[in-house]
Amino acid sequence: MSILTYIAGWPLLAALALVFIPRNYRVIIRAVAILGTLLSAVSAVWMFCQYSSAPVDADGFRFVQQIPWVQSLGISYHVGVDGLNVGLILMGAIVGLAATLCAWEIQSREKEFYVLLLIMTGGILGAFASLDLFFFYFLHELALVPTFIMIGVWGRGEKKNFATFQITIYLSIGALIALIGLIALYLQSGANTFDIPAIIKHVQANPLAVNAQNFIFPLLLFGFGILVSLWPFHSWAPLGYGVAPSPTAMLHAGVLKKFGLYGLIRVALPLLPQAAQHWAHIIAWLCVGNILYVGWVAMRQKDLNLLIGNSSVAHMGFIFLGIASLNLIGITGAVLIMVAHGFLAALTFALSGYIYQQTGTLQMNDLGGLCRKLPFIGTALLMAAMAGCGLPGFANFVGEATVFFGAWKIFPTVTVIGLWGALVIGGIYMTRAVRQILHGPLPERWNTLPDANAWRKLPYALLLVSLLVFGFVPSLLTSKINPDAQKVVNLANVTVPAKLVAQAEISGVRN
Amino acid sequence: MNASLITLELCVIALGTALLLADFWVPAERKKYLAYAAIAALTGLLVISFSGQGVCSLGGSAFNGSYVNDALAVFFKRLFLTAAILVLFVVLQFSSRVPGAISEYYSLVLFALAGMLFAASANDFPMLFVSIELITITFYVLTSFQRSKIASLEAGVKYLILGALSSSFMIFGIALIWGTTGKLNFNDLAAVAPQFATSKLFVLGVLMVLSGLGFKIAAFPFQIWAPDVYQGAPTPTTAFLAIGSKAAGFVLLLRFLFTAVPALTTHWSSLLIIISCITILYGNLCALPQRNLKRLLAYSSISHAGYLLLGVAALNTAGIAAILYYFAGYLFTVLAAFTVIAIVFKNLESEEISGLAGLSQRSPFLAATMTFAMVSLAGIPPLAGFFGKFLLLKAVIAQGAATHDHGYYWLAGIALVGVVISMYYYFGVVRAIYWSRETADLTPIELDGPAKVSLALCVAGIFWLGLFPNTILDLANEAAKSLGI
Repeated sequence: MSILTYIAGWPLLAALALVFIPRNYRVIIRAVAILGTLLSAVSAVWMFCQYSSAPVDADGFRFVQQIPWVQSLGISYHVGVDGLNVGLILMGAIVGLAATLCAWEIQSREKEFYVLLLIMTGGILGAFASLDLFFFYFLHELALVPTFIMIGVWGRGEKKNFATFQITIYLSIGALIALIGLIALYLQSGANTFDIPAIIKHVQANPLAVNAQNFIFPLLLFGFGILVSLWPFHSWAPLGYGVAPSPTAMLHAGVLKKFGLYGLIRVALPLLPQAAQHWAHIIAWLCVGNILYVGWVAMRQKDLNLLIGNSSVAHMGFIFLGIASLNLIGITGAVLIMVAHGFLAALTFALSGYIYQQTGTLQMNDLGGLCRKLPFIGTALLMAAMAGCGLPGFANFVGEATVFFGAWKIFPTVTVIGLWGALVIGGIYMTRAVRQILHGPLPERWNTLPDANAWRKLPYALLLVSLLVFGFVPSLLTSKINPDAQKVVNLANVTVPAKLVAQAEISGVRN
Repeated sequence: MNASLITLELCVIALGTALLLADFWVPAERKKYLAYAAIAALTGLLVISFSGQGVCSLGGSAFNGSYVNDALAVFFKRLFLTAAILVLFVVLQFSSRVPGAISEYYSLVLFALAGMLFAASANDFPMLFVSIELITITFYVLTSFQRSKIASLEAGVKYLILGALSSSFMIFGIALIWGTTGKLNFNDLAAVAPQFATSKLFVLGVLMVLSGLGFKIAAFPFQIWAPDVYQGAPTPTTAFLAIGSKAAGFVLLLRFLFTAVPALTTHWSSLLIIISCITILYGNLCALPQRNLKRLLAYSSISHAGYLLLGVAALNTAGIAAILYYFAGYLFTVLAAFTVIAIVFKNLESEEISGLAGLSQRSPFLAATMTFAMVSLAGIPPLAGFFGKFLLLKAVIAQGAATHDHGYYWLAGIALVGVVISMYYYFGVVRAIYWSRETADLTPIELDGPAKVSLALCVAGIFWLGLFPNTILDLANEAAKSLGI
């Protein structure tokens, strides 16, 4: 059994165990949930540390495990890590643990909540580890559906029903468009297998016809794009995160959302190189929508969660820009931001969840001077805000700087706009939020707010430490990402001419 | 002559007759043992069929080619036997609501089953028509079985009128086909059909037969009867209609389209695509505002007919295999749902969704089973429904890629829209179970042994087909190949 099976398996096993625990044993339910994610996180850290010394298989993956599942369709349970997903799995497992630790805010129907949260964690970790297109999609869908239920049932605020409805429709449609793209890819590749390394090998020898690529790539780009809140399909995100219970928002904004980006890098770029080159400019200009437009929207927000939600959408723009640049530096940067933003988004939503829990409001006008009463939470929020505007020392800076270096050669205009969006606009709304919430006069009614106790500080500390570790020692990640990002770049920049129009061999797909 | 092939059907009919006779000597309080006997006998037949030894799984044809027992027929026969066994379990739960005449109910279920078994093997028009009539006429009685309940009688009359209408359409179509070609056997017809492809009378006949079959599977525009009949009929009847009658319609449709008139079918992909799209959208959109659970499942069953038509429209072996797989999953899912309905609504007048309120506290097992059924119907991994829909979509997109017909991509798109819409109402049911505000009656529901067995079987089936699709998929592939497209 590969360690990856354990990383994804522990939370799912814990979810199964919870089903059999009576609902009034609250402490045990919480303990089992934390134990499940803790084991998963510890396994992930161990896997990350052992990564460099682990044996590599012929396709460049480590910790590989493959079990045939449906032979007639070529589906197998195939997991493995390389530089592209090693950081994501580590980040996902740590955020999963932090989200479970933060779930103390849930007071009703805790058992169901923990079951769903654990399914979500296990599902998405499995999706990231998966090297089989079918399981890749299947496990993501398994993680996605609990999100809707959690927002619909434990969500807060008046707009709960509308937000649930919106996020369900958007994300289901996005996932299903991506599904059509993936099935079309499977059929067009002609490899008759869902195994990603095998398809890549097959496609290297027989490139897909350009017209097929141009048909499939937009399906994947917009299907995955909706999942990642690519402008102009982003409007579900701020509102959805605004009403979601904070553990759900942490896991979704931090981990689940990265699935679409990971899918583009893992599947779309290597398999559809010509289409990727063709669409790169369009992606780059859509990023401007994310970075600039959504940044402006974030400036106007009065609610902290909506501000964080919009800023999280804006950050997705940098990752898309890195992907669009299709070179080593850009892709490495994109993967770096995916990891860094996972920690950051989880941290900010956890902190806003704490403030909401204590004050019952996130309207920034009603808050103020909280740093005096909540020194730990306030400092953590300040650090998160600074990480969000890209202050050196946090992992985000490394990723964003790398992306801009990578994109500069190809899209100088977009890069200039993006830099402006990141440094100026991001700086404005983040410092403004910090000023309104943490500084200034303290309204009297907040005089008795308690700061987090040692136990509750744990998830915030965990996420902050992760951000700082990868901020100061980015080579932990870059040294792993580089070789595999290089492979993707080589595949995405092939110059072998592919046929323009699909011909006879595709009719062999019949039946 | 190879008459021993129909041993399975004869056994089922004999069993039904024996139950009717045994009714004279069995005292009222022991009537349920008749059901146990029937379940045991059908299980025995199913085991023999799977063991590959007995005559039930022999290949070959009989009665001058009007009866074939190929892999497709065997697949559907196993499906029908399983369905009938699980339906008998539902009848056991329902027996308190039809006092007095319960053993006729068991026999009628078996006679309907015999009709379905014949339908699976029908290879000419007389056999097709007779088996359909055997199913439909039995269902007229089964639908109006609760004589004291107006809704049940109303459902029976509606089903009778519309069923008779569709039968007359079909018999007229058969007459037109026979009149133009002089052939009744599907294989003979296939040989001459290309010559008549331009004959308007012949095409009209084919369309009329299709409309008769469309009525059975509740496809647009012949779906009008489904909601009222599903709602009014006794729950076990509804369950058997939803799976058995629909599957019988589909096996006849597949045989007719791909064995009898393949020359026309290949040119009718657009028609099939349009019918499939409209059926999916109609079923899903109409299900949205429903408050009655059985009515909701009726509309959901219409939409599932639409999804199944995806596999027909795909016109390839993968599509047919997908239909067969989908039916296997649908069988366990639908019967799980109806068993829960039969138990929960035992003492209630009507099957409103709000009646599920508090079920999670009254019986966590029933609540979980119903949730699995709804989630599987919505097509969410890792349950059976997801893999079935995945196979159907794959078949459709494969055909789109092979023929460069953009209609197929539209069809896949519409199917996905349907899936998204359906999530709303399926989760409405789950929500009623776990999160309804009004806490009505919270008395725990006690499950008897048979109920536990049948529900456990259904849940196991839903998970097994979702997690380990290999076995059934291989059987389905083999069965689909026997149509020889």
